[in-house]
Formats: sequence, C-alpha cells, structure tokens
Amino acid sequence: MAEPILSARDFHVRFATPDGEVHAVRNVSFDVQPGECLGVVGESGSGKSQLFLAALGLLAANGRTAGGMLYRGQDLTKLAARDLNRIRGARITMIFQDPLTSLTPHMQIGAQIVEALRAHRKMTRAEAVRGAIESLELVRIPEARRRMRQYPHELSGGMRQRVMIAMATACGPDLLIADEPTTALDVTVQAQILDIMRDLKTKLKTSIVLISHDMGVIAAMADRVQVMRHGEFVESGTVNEVFYAPRHEYTRMLLDAIPRLDAPAGPVDAPRDGSAGHRTLLDVRDLKVHFPIRVEGWIPRYKALRAVDGVSFTLGEGETLGVVGESGCGKSTLARAVLALLPSTAGVVLWCGQELGQADREALRRLRKDIQIVFQDPLASLDPRMTIGQSIAEPLRALVPDLGRETVVARVRESMLRVGLDPAWINRYPHELSGGQNQRVGIARAMIVEPKLVVCDEAVSALDVSIQAQIVDLILSLQQRFAMSMIFVSHDLAVVRRVSHRVMVLYLGRIVEIADRDAIYKDPRHPYTRALISAVLLPDPAKSRVRLRAPLPAELPSPIDTRSALAYLPSKRIDDPDAVQYVPRLIEVGPGHLVAEHDPQ
Amino acid sequence: MTPVLPAERAGLVESAATVRGRSLWVDARRRLMRNKAAVASMIVLGSVTLLAVFAPLFSPYDFDAIDFSLVQCAPAWWPDDSVLCRADGAHWFGMDAVGRDLFVRTLYGARVSLAVGLVATCVSLLIGIAYGATAGYLGGSVDNLMMRFVDILYSLPFIFFVIILMVIFDRNFILLFVAIGAVEWLTMARIVRGQTLSVKEQEFIEAARAAGVGPWGIISRHVIPNVVGPVIVYVTLTIPAVILAESFLSFLGLGIREPMTSWGVLIAEGANSLQTSPWTLIFPATFMAVTLFCFNFIGDGLRDALDPKDR
Amino acid sequence: MLISYAFRRILGAIPTLLIIITLAFFMMRIAPGGPFDGERRLPAEVEANVLAAYDLDKPVHEQYFIYLGRLLKGDLGPSFRARDFTVTEMIAAGLPVSIRLGLSAITIALLLGTTLGVFAALRQNRPSDFSVMAIAMVGITIPTFVTAPLLTLLFGVYGVNIFGLEFSLPVGGWNNGALPNMILPVTVLALPQVAIISRLVRGSMVEVLRSNYVRTARAKGLSSLRVVTRHALRAALLPLVSYLGPAIAGLATGSLIVEQIFGLPGIGRYFVQGALNRDYTLVLGVVIFYASFVILLNLIADILYRVLDPRVRYDR
Repeated sequence: MAEPILSARDFHVRFATPDGEVHAVRNVSFDVQPGECLGVVGESGSGKSQLFLAALGLLAANGRTAGGMLYRGQDLTKLAARDLNRIRGARITMIFQDPLTSLTPHMQIGAQIVEALRAHRKMTRAEAVRGAIESLELVRIPEARRRMRQYPHELSGGMRQRVMIAMATACGPDLLIADEPTTALDVTVQAQILDIMRDLKTKLKTSIVLISHDMGVIAAMADRVQVMRHGEFVESGTVNEVFYAPRHEYTRMLLDAIPRLDAPAGPVDAPRDGSAGHRTLLDVRDLKVHFPIRVEGWIPRYKALRAVDGVSFTLGEGETLGVVGESGCGKSTLARAVLALLPSTAGVVLWCGQELGQADREALRRLRKDIQIVFQDPLASLDPRMTIGQSIAEPLRALVPDLGRETVVARVRESMLRVGLDPAWINRYPHELSGGQNQRVGIARAMIVEPKLVVCDEAVSALDVSIQAQIVDLILSLQQRFAMSMIFVSHDLAVVRRVSHRVMVLYLGRIVEIADRDAIYKDPRHPYTRALISAVLLPDPAKSRVRLRAPLPAELPSPIDTRSALAYLPSKRIDDPDAVQYVPRLIEVGPGHLVAEHDPQ
Repeated sequence: MTPVLPAERAGLVESAATVRGRSLWVDARRRLMRNKAAVASMIVLGSVTLLAVFAPLFSPYDFDAIDFSLVQCAPAWWPDDSVLCRADGAHWFGMDAVGRDLFVRTLYGARVSLAVGLVATCVSLLIGIAYGATAGYLGGSVDNLMMRFVDILYSLPFIFFVIILMVIFDRNFILLFVAIGAVEWLTMARIVRGQTLSVKEQEFIEAARAAGVGPWGIISRHVIPNVVGPVIVYVTLTIPAVILAESFLSFLGLGIREPMTSWGVLIAEGANSLQTSPWTLIFPATFMAVTLFCFNFIGDGLRDALDPKDR
Repeated sequence: MLISYAFRRILGAIPTLLIIITLAFFMMRIAPGGPFDGERRLPAEVEANVLAAYDLDKPVHEQYFIYLGRLLKGDLGPSFRARDFTVTEMIAAGLPVSIRLGLSAITIALLLGTTLGVFAALRQNRPSDFSVMAIAMVGITIPTFVTAPLLTLLFGVYGVNIFGLEFSLPVGGWNNGALPNMILPVTVLALPQVAIISRLVRGSMVEVLRSNYVRTARAKGLSSLRVVTRHALRAALLPLVSYLGPAIAGLATGSLIVEQIFGLPGIGRYFVQGALNRDYTLVLGVVIFYASFVILLNLIADILYRVLDPRVRYDR
C-alpha cells in the first residue's frame, strides 16, 4: 500500500470551558490513502468536525490537541504557522457546511479564488484570473467569466458551494476535507454537488474526506467509512462492509433508524374510519399567499412574491397528507396559512364547513383548539425563559381559560407522559434538555388541547437520525390513538413516505402532483417529482452510486419572475418576466392521482 | 436518554416529585459572580452608596459650614507642609477655597450625583421602554415613523437643547433630572425596539400565537421577559453617562445650584484652583472616576453574563 | 441605486431641519428674559426703536416667519449682543477654529482608536488586551474638564523633560492655529473618542474573527496579515461608519468645554455665551448650522455604509 496522505495517531482534542474540560475527540487513529474517499459519519456531538478542524489548525482558541496528525510524514499540529500555511489551501483544503457565511461577503468570488491561487503559486494576476475561470468551469458554473465579478450573496446556495469547491481545488490539492458540504442544500442540488466532487476526485486525483451525518451521502461517495460516536471511532471498514455487514450495534442502530425509499413501505395505519365516507375536515380551495417585494427604483414599486399560488386539496378525518418540495416551494407558508398564522391573499380555507378567513375572535379560538402545529427547531420554538411545563400549558390556558390551576398541571403531566417525558421534569428549562426531548415538549404542547389536525412543519428535520425515528414513531402512535389528521411538511421524501396516506408535491407555490402514497413513489408522472425521487440517496452503496448519474434539472429560479413557474411547460411560456402567465391545469391520470400539465421530456 | 414510559401509568402522574429547573437567570447570576471585576465593583459601589447615604454620621461638619480660619488647606498627610490645616479637627480631605470641609462635601456630592444618575435613568427607562416596545411590537409603518422621529432627535445637538432648557427654566433641580433623562431615552428606545424586533422574529412567538395567546399575553409573557436582559445592561451603562452629563452641565455653570453640591460642581471648583490646591480636584474626581468605573465593569459583566459568548 | 437613495434621504432631511429650527426658535422665545435685559434701562422711545429694529415688537409667530424668510436668503440675522456683527460673520469667524480642532481630533481618534482596537482584538484575553481596554475605560469615564486641567498642569505648567529637552506647551490662546497651541486641546478632545472607538472596534473585530469566512480564509493558507487586512478588517470597521454621527456629536459637545478652558475662539464658546445672554439669533444660527452639518454627515455615513457592504446595496 502506498504511503497514506493523512495519518492520525492517538489523536485527542480537548476544550477548556468554564464548565470544565470537554473531551471532544478521544484517541482516534486512521489513515487516508491516496485517491480514496474516506467517509466519516456520526451524529451531532460526535466530534467529527472538530477532528478535522484540529488537523488544519482551525480550532477555537480554547482547544488543545494531543497525538499526531501526519501529512506525508510531517506532523501538522507541530508546524510553525508559515509552514502550515503552505500546506493549508494548497495541499490540504477544506470546505464547510454553510457556503453563504463561509465566503467573504464583501469580496467578489473571482477575487477570492485568485487570492487562493496567488498565495500558493507564483502567478501573474492575469494567469491567476485564467486559472480561476478554469476552476469555475470545472465545477460546471455557467458563464464563469461573468460570475467572477459577482458577490456571494448574488448566487444561489448550490452555486456558492460550487464556488467553494472551485476555490478549494484550484491549486490541485492532495486532500479535500468536506465538512457536511451538502447538508444545507436541496436534495437535487446535493446530487449535483456530489457528482462534481466525484468528478474532481477522478480528474485531479484528489483524496476526499467526507464528513456527514447522512448515511445516503456516505454510501454514494465513500470508499471506506469510519463511524464516530462521542469522540471515538466505533466502526471502520470499506463502505460495503459497513453498510451490508455492520459489526457495531451503534452502526446497526443508525442503519435501522433511517427510513428507506427502497424498503417495503410499512402500512400506514388506515384512517380509523376506514370505509368510505370518512368526513372531510379541511377543504382548501385555490389558496394564494403573495408577499409584496420592494423593487429598486426612484418610485417605490412592488412585485408579488407568489409563495403559495393556487393550491387546492382536501383532508379527511384521521388522514395524513405529506407535503414535499424543495426550498422556496411554499410548503411552510402553506402550513401557516392553513393555521391562519399568516393572512392569505386569495382563496378559501374551510374547516368543518366553516370559512376561516372571515372568522371572528371566538371562531378563531375554536379553530386553534382544533388545529395545532409542531415546529421545526425544537429549541427556537420554546420560550427559553419559561419552564417546559409552562410552555406545554400555554395553549390550554389560552384556549380553555376556565380550568383551575390543579387541573392544568394534571393535564400537563398527562401530556408529558403521553409523549414519553418524565413528568418530574415539569419545571425544567428547554436549554437543559436535548433536541429530541425538546421536540417531545413541542408535541406535548400541540397535543394538550387534543386537536383534530396537527401540522408538522419539518418537525423531525433538525433531529439526529436515531432520534428522528423515535419521534416519527411517537407521532404515528399518537395519531392512531387520537384519530388525528395530519399535514406533514418535509423536504425528506423518505420520512414522508413513512407517515403519509397521500402526498402532495409543490413547486414554486403550485401543486405539480398529488396522489396516494404508493402511487407517487411507484409511479411518479411529473418530471419534477421524478427528479426529486431519483435524487434521494439510499444508504445502500450499490444503489446510490448508480443514482448519482441520473439527469437533473436546473436550480430553482427567481420566484418573482413569472416565467419561473412554467419551467416544466416552456411551450406555453410568454417571455416576459412580468406578464400574466398561463396556469398549468391539473390532469387526473388515475384515481385520486392529479398531475400538472407539463411538456413531454 | 428519556425513559419512554407507557402512557397508562396514571398513578405516577399524581405522585411524581418534581425536579427544580435551572433557569437562565440563575445561570446568568452564576456567571456574573464568577466575574471578579464585576463583583469587586459591586462591593465598591455598595460602599460608596453607604457612605453617601450615611454621610452625616461620618463627619461632625456640615457640608455648608464655613470656617474662615481654615480656607484652602490640605489634609494632614499632604506632602507639602506649607498648606496644611493646623486645626485639631479631622479634615480628612482638607478644605476647599471657601473654607468648607471637603470630605463632607464630597459625600454630599455623592448623594446628589447618584440621585441624579438614578432618577434621570429611570425617566429615560420609562420613556424609552414604552416608546421602543410599542414601535418594535407594532412594526411596519408605525415603527418606521416612530424611529424616524428618534433619528431626527438623534441628529440634534441634544446637549445644546439641554443647555437651552436649563437656561430657560433657570436651573430647576427637578428639571435637571428630566432634561438629562430626556437626552438618554433615545438610545434606550432604540435598544428596546431592536430587542423587541428580534424577539418578535423568534419561533416561540409564533408558537404562542398558534396556541391562541392574544397580543397582550404575548407582550407580557414572552416579549418583556426576553427584552429585560439587554435593558438591564444598558441601564447600568446609562447611569454613568448621566452622572457625566450632570457634571458637564455643572462645569458650565448650568447644573446644581449653590449651596447644594454635586461631584460636577466640586470638580469644576477644583479644576479652577488646580495649581494652588490640587486636592480639591483630586478627591471628588477620584470618587467620581471610581464610581463610573464600577458601573462600567458591572455593566460589562452583566452583558457577558446574560449573553455568554467567548470574551 | 445609490443615487435614488441619496436623493430620497436629502428630501427627507428638509422637514427634519425645519422641525429643528422651529423647536429651537420657540424654545429660545419661551425663555424668560430678553437679550437686552442686562443693560441699563433705556428711555422708552429708544427702547421701542431698538426692539423694532430687531423685530422684537412683533408677535412671536410673525417673528418666526420673518426669520424663515431671511434664512432662505442665507441671512442668519444680526447678533443681538454683539451689535456690530451679523451671526453669519460670527460663525464664519469661529468656524475655522472649531473645524480644525474637530477634524484633527476625529482623525486622531479614528486612527489611534482603530489601531488599538484591532491590536486588542488580535491579542484577545491576553494582558495586552486587558491593558488597552483598561486605558480605554479611563478615557471614557474621566470627563474632559478633568483631563484638560490635568494635562495642562502636567505639560503646560510644570513642563516635561524628554530626552534632556525641557519643553512645555502653551496653555491657552489660539495663536492662529499654531501647532504647539493645538496639541493640548486636540488631545483632550480626542481622548474620549479614542477610548470609545477602540472598544467598538475591538468588539466588532473579535466577532468577525470568529466568523465562518475568516475560518475559510485561514483554511486557504493565507497569512495572518492578509486574513486580517483583506477579510476581517473591512467587516469589522462597518459599525464604525455608523458611529461617525454620534462621534461628531460627542466632539461638538466636548468642544464646548475645550474651547472654554483653553480660550479658543470657536463656535462652541459663542454658543454657551449666546445661551446665557439670550442672544437668540446667535444661538439659533449655531444650532441650525450644526444640525445641518450633522444631518449631512449622517447621510454621508449612511451612503458610505451601503458602499462598503455589498449585501445592503440591494434594496431589501
């Protein structure tokens, strides 16, 4: 075996904090071979990022390392700053999770790449500019020359990450460390980025260390895998070994917890009232939510941001509707409009036959008792200065004001038990609980008034995979017990598949496809739905590597431009960004299966 | 990890002993106590306040009692012998140019300066909170309008207006408080509004609305407790600014009137006779400087305690 | 577009200025006493004539409009006290002094304050950081009318022995802006601002140094110097631009004291005298002048902010 590019020997990372020492990385040893991709997978707090930040000398001031981190025989942790700088950015480079905050906002992106080139190679400015354009073209950025003069905030998320990759590979490094490079990106964009990375790996013969919590990404990209937990490696092996024959129980637990598109879909328990005639609770008709956006100019002008642009659907008792789409499709706006947390611009929302838009205070109050919401970020949705007991009690106090104090406390405890929280914790504060526990608090709060409909807005997206599975189980069991309807909003197609009876796919505020769950996943008709499904990476090396090659659509265009919504029906498109465009109709292609008009692909 | 208990353990519901939670205030207090500079400042400040409040007990002299025989003399331990007070009385700080005991006057000055600091800060607090919270909560065009007004006032040479006010109302003592408070409320309003706006954006406010809580409930139960932190920090930083402003006015001759005295007046008098009797400047100046330091350290400490980021 | 933004702001500044003028005008009129009270009583007709000459016999609101009318023609009116001078002349005489003073002070404050702040931030939590911040604390808490006499005593009266050379600075008088006369006043004026600016820059720099893009810059293998100057500095100095307005306000306030103590014939001294003597036009003239200056400065600072931060350039 050739000499490894990077070698860690008994490596430790410790942080000195006011609350004591934190041992983030414990006794880690590994090798990265030339030309391979090493996947490092772990949940939050596993120390995987800190390990590599420490390798490159990028730790916070209170961090200390111990042990050896060798690059071609030299110990990186013992190098003087000047020598380390010769290696960083040229021989070993790193890209990070959030490309917006990771690029200097006041420098043009071209200048940032040129800077990297000139810092490590003797080049004239002209040569460096040419080199920068080349690297941008290598990451498939169209109109590279023009882009050089743009600022980071002018580019979309996927483009920015490509710029980061271009900057990191411009000098042809031996090793590229990618720390959660696609976590903040949509799934179709993710596939593009990973494809680019794999391409570069072959072309430039760069080794890659890919850090991620997403097993699908690791399966698609890695040759060898290290599984990390609480600062230690618990399992290592080739990607096939780890995924097909995991030895450590933690790895097995992780793999089991992931919902998979290729596994047989468990039967989602049919609505209680299984037979025909379970009544329709929610009827949404042509709902529109538009936001006025200020446009530059001498006279103030406003254009409409069509977040939700004509969505209609119904929801029955005990039924779960999954709402999927990428960022900017309007799914969160839709959820809030249904809850009357946002005013709608047009359209009608009927709850049990009653129209919501015209509701007065009393009617709104009754509405809130029937419809509740669970938010995405468990910590942000809880007031940090209130105990979790007070947070859980809040809906009860506001909507059923005549209950005595004792009754309220009893109901809170009951609700906590229901979601699996120890009632003794009623006086704890959110910052004392973990993410999963806080999400249980959010669910307890939503459930305490025993609503008929619960909207889950990306309720499990911010959680670790193992916790995600628990919370999904919890939600399903609660739905069973209380015969609740659910609107489950998520960008994660696999999770939606687990919980939904029917699935609705949104693109730029409009429905492109809506059908029963099995129909959508087995027989998607709209090209956007197909793209979404094919872009999902399975935690299965053989299958996911093939998927990376599927053709993918362009990135999400500007939502103010009226032409964007007709991306899949260009034949009817008027080439004027302000014109009133044709609205694609929904065509029934099967029982309960509606697809928006689109041009044949 | 959380024990997942079966939902039907009804008996447990009643009998569960509850665990005391550790609120953010408790955390903050702990962090504050660890800040040595802040703790020391609190002690010093407390001592100064005690001295000021119980001043008469500490010295047999009245603050306006004039002793013609002992004009402008230095305390006993002053290095230059020629200007020492020779009397038996303990004039610890010496005498001022008119013949009054400097120690007592410094302590009385402390009373007045601290009082002005507190009262004027309260005035600015009340106005600023009301204004800022309203603007921040209502948002939109109302907020825009209200903040434009603040911007206008900000660009005024406000201290100039205070001077004009003082001249108009002829150095009325109460008005001094109000005038200075009226200068400081602008920044307070800005801070409160900024905090209100950022709290309003938080998801837990949306959650409260979804839970059916009305606007008043949201303001009182969610917005205010979360806004209080930075406000407290700013209050401790406003007090020294007010004391400085008062001393500034006194120096120009527009502040506290005779025979009452404040640190500002004492310093002005001392500055005038700096060459002949430097001690008349040194003592009040030191007291004021030390007090202002303390407030600043406490304010910094509070800021770090309530919003811990790596210092 | 920057131009449209600037235009809108200038339009918005006009009502602001109007409000300020109105407020100042009526406040001065409310003050008890008039500009001529201090002098000996004049015989009735003479007094009536004098009042008429200054339009003081007309009702207040009429005086207001007369004043506005004159203002539009650029005439700030005669000084009520110094009979031979118009306000414009007086401001013109005092302006160069105050401007030289203020400009020197703000330049020193910016340069020194920024340097100290960056220095402290780079050595965060180490002894040099604490000492710089401690000195800054001193600068903030000790008022100008204490530092002025202290420094005067130290450098002016007692003199200082540097490298065997005895030298002392003049303690007062303008002397047509000669350098030795400027040193003490400018130092006293600049000190509090140096302190505030260094604290501001330090705080901002510390935060920027922790940001993700600085981490990326380091990961690119750039030298520390380059990371600080090209990537961190510009973002860290942004809050300083917002502080320019209040900084000038602070300098103006400070100049009142400094001009008084050092006997410098600047605008600040006129203002205080005018306020005490009920010299309406002078006070108003100074207020208007100063307010326009501040508004202009705020506009410049605002535009500068937008130029420097490309994110804000696009109207949200």
